[in-house]
Amino acid sequence: MGLGLTLDMTTVMGLIVVFSVFLYVVMDGFDLGLAMLFPWARGDDRNTMVNTIAPVWDGNETWLVLGGGAVFAAFPIAYAILLPALYAPITIMLLGLVFRGVAFEFRFRSARRGRLWDASFVGGSVAASFMQGVALGAVLQGVTVVDRQYAGGWFEWLTPFSVLCGVSVVVAYMLLGACWLILKTEGHLRDDAYRWARFLLFLTLGAIVLVSLATPFLLGEYWQRWFEWPTMALTAPVPVLVALVALALLRTLAARRDYWPFPLALALFALCFAGLGVSVYPYIVPGTLTIWEAAAPEKSQAFFMVGVVLLIPVILVYTGYSYWVFRGKIGADAGYH
Amino acid sequence: MLDQLDAVLLARLQFAFTMSFHIVFPSFTIGLASFIAVLETLWLFTNREVYHNLLKYWMRVFAIAFGMGVVSGIVMSYQFGTNWSGFSEIAGPVVGPLMAYEVMTAFFLEAGFLGVMLFGTDRVGKGLHAFATYAVAIGTLISAFWILSVNSWMQTPQGHVMDADGQILPGDWWAIIFNPSLPYRLVHMVLAAYLTTALVVGACAAWHMLRRRAQEESRVMFSMAMWMLLLVAPIQIFAGDQHGLNTLEHQPTKVMAMEGHFESHDNGAPLYLFGLPNMETGTLDHAVGIPKLGSLILKHDLNAPMPGLDSVPRDLWPPVPIVFWSFRLMVGIGLAMLALGLFSGIARLKGRLYDWPWLHRAALVMGPLGFVAVLAGWVTTEVGRQPFVVYGVLKTIDAVSPVAAPAVGASLMAFIVVYSAVFMAGTIYMLRIMSRPPHDHEPGPAREIPQRAAGITPGGAVGATGAGRGAR
Ligand code: HDD
Ligand code: HEM
Ligand code: HEM
Repeated sequence: MGLGLTLDMTTVMGLIVVFSVFLYVVMDGFDLGLAMLFPWARGDDRNTMVNTIAPVWDGNETWLVLGGGAVFAAFPIAYAILLPALYAPITIMLLGLVFRGVAFEFRFRSARRGRLWDASFVGGSVAASFMQGVALGAVLQGVTVVDRQYAGGWFEWLTPFSVLCGVSVVVAYMLLGACWLILKTEGHLRDDAYRWARFLLFLTLGAIVLVSLATPFLLGEYWQRWFEWPTMALTAPVPVLVALVALALLRTLAARRDYWPFPLALALFALCFAGLGVSVYPYIVPGTLTIWEAAAPEKSQAFFMVGVVLLIPVILVYTGYSYWVFRGKIGADAGYH
Repeated sequence: MLDQLDAVLLARLQFAFTMSFHIVFPSFTIGLASFIAVLETLWLFTNREVYHNLLKYWMRVFAIAFGMGVVSGIVMSYQFGTNWSGFSEIAGPVVGPLMAYEVMTAFFLEAGFLGVMLFGTDRVGKGLHAFATYAVAIGTLISAFWILSVNSWMQTPQGHVMDADGQILPGDWWAIIFNPSLPYRLVHMVLAAYLTTALVVGACAAWHMLRRRAQEESRVMFSMAMWMLLLVAPIQIFAGDQHGLNTLEHQPTKVMAMEGHFESHDNGAPLYLFGLPNMETGTLDHAVGIPKLGSLILKHDLNAPMPGLDSVPRDLWPPVPIVFWSFRLMVGIGLAMLALGLFSGIARLKGRLYDWPWLHRAALVMGPLGFVAVLAGWVTTEVGRQPFVVYGVLKTIDAVSPVAAPAVGASLMAFIVVYSAVFMAGTIYMLRIMSRPPHDHEPGPAREIPQRAAGITPGGAVGATGAGRGAR
């Protein structure tokens, strides 16, 4: 099997899906991860933590809607197969996002129930992150399809591998969250974040190793990709780069250089994403359906494409603007008078 | 077969439940976003502190309502895949890109500027802040445009072609987007959102006036809300009438169900005010009607013949009682809104707008009715379209996912439990804000947050290097 990446419209659509899912994973990843660090944070720090993401979380989550929407628009058949296959994980993820999303406002509205909403903030974030990992694992291991319809049972998604992926995503999001806090805070909260980040980095690397060891055994295609020529030329550098980035991250954490850990953690995510991409391409339902088999007619894709080309750059500009408005550190004890 | 039917029914219940919860929030946030934008404009130009206070007061309510709108909306966008995968596969090539446009043109705009609107007061200038508010308000309207375009296409499909596998493919995008019922539905829905918001704002003001509090702020918002009702309620009734005429042209069966016309009338159909639709016998029992008025309203001719449901095969009948009653509920509330608007007009002429307790009591009672009308309207529209999802093209039965009934049932239960708990809490928090009168130096969302939570007074909610700028 060659790797000829023909740049037709369908491939570009696939790249757009990957792009929005990636942006979702890193952007909502750090705010979900931040929420999951709550149990270890001291009382007042929690408000600071929420305040670092309150103005941007809604925009972050919108990439999830675009990611799903892009699959729906460009690969409707894949959407129609994968979502029923992932029925329970998706439903639990959505309910988790409900709990988490409302907690932003609610926790400030009720002095008495503030703790309850903190719990819903953490619990919702854990549920959403874990289920995103489970969904990823379930897609990677393949789903049963008969007649272009999902034909597995309602627990097909639940395997040791998908649970491993779930845990990995939780840990990795927490790493991103900790690095974000290093970037945005100072004082003892930042000290805590440094400690968390170091610990989480080791956990994340462990998770990456486990998932990488398990993946080639899932489907024959993955094995070929990773261990046979010529695709090995593409896959082999990935582990090397992961190791280099991890090393750099470890050093910046030790040297306490506030501005580096976050971008390096992002790079780590990007590499894992690339590794997954190389394994799976050109399938969208691994083992069953390639992107071309699942593609919407050209007229649908072309119409969507026009929108992407015109609108995504504008979106990136004003998203950047809103991050810029809220740039800089938030003092851990800022404003106490 | 039975199992399959159960799954369809459960999927429909789940969609209806989650959708009904969702639409309650947009109906309020679309109106409130525009209202806040108007307040901000007035403040910019007059510099009167009342407007500033009201602006910040309503912004806190908005933050909660918007958050709930977002999370319930994200659920909706995935329901198409989880519960209606048949629909996604068959109609995806048409529906998918339109929804993607909604995300790209509306959701990002709302979300991108929401942060600046809610938390940026101390970080950007007045002008930029107003710009952010406009962006959010316009975003909600663009969102309504796209999603209503999708829904209208499902009601009055055109511009598509069917391929050999039975997929629905786009033929002419322009025709799909601007399908025949879009203009009516868009106008009717946006006006509905404005009226719903006006009723809530009016009720809040009336409550404080009845208790003689916050004189100036309450008066200003009461007056604004009542102008809205007086001017827009009649327009809405006219728009609804036009909407009905359009529906008669494209979905005659739905109108027969709304009117309770089981039997055909060759020589002028009556307008039924009351009756008990009986699907078994195909009659309207205990009917009370005005002869020939139905034909006059729908055809502008007393003697125009009107075919009834007896001219339609039974398996294409929608559930008539639901459609019949939800339609009457909506129209009844519409007339009540008109009455309240006129009442306020009279009060204004007599100079008693601010001291006529009966007016204020009426406004208070009417407060939540906009939501009821919106839900009733959507039930009419959606149930009246049955047994089709895409009218005349795709049946609901064929749209459902191959997911077993117990899975759908379990998730439905989970949605009911979670939504009830979470959204009830949110509603209570909004009511709590509204139960306190707006006052001078009203805190905006940003300033209030750290203060409430910590119990001390840390300012600069999102303060940067210059942290503490938001502190007093
Ligand atoms: C007429 C208006 C209207 C209607 C019929 C719908 N929505 Fe909605 N929706 C909005 C008006 C709106 C809005 C005004 O744009 C919201 C409401 C409050 C809010 O936060 O934005 C929103 C939010 C919202 C969001 C979150 C956006 C974000 O992340 O910022 C999603 C994903 C959806 N909706 C999806 C849907 C789907 C799939 C619908 C149909 C089945 C639907 N909405 C019906
Ligand atoms: C905004 C307010 C809306 C409300 C309150 C609403 C309500 C409902 C209800 C009550 C049903 C069930 C009807 C029945 O089964 O008898 C339904 C079905 C449905 N509606 Fe809507 N709807 C709304 C908007 C939309 C929009 C915007 C779309 C599409 C873009 C849509 C698509 C559907 C679909 C796919 C079904 C499933 C088929 C079915 O159950 O009949 N709805 N809706
Ligand atoms: C009193 C006069 C009114 C008339 C004659 C009227 C007429 C109609 C008709 C005929 C429909 C169904 C159209 C279709 O399904 O094709 C409809 C739907 C609807 N109505 Fe009304 N209406 C009135 C008042 C109101 C009011 C006061 C509200 C809310 C504040 C409202 C909200 C809605 C909504 C949300 C829908 C569903 C969306 C749509 O199809 O536009 N209506 N109305």
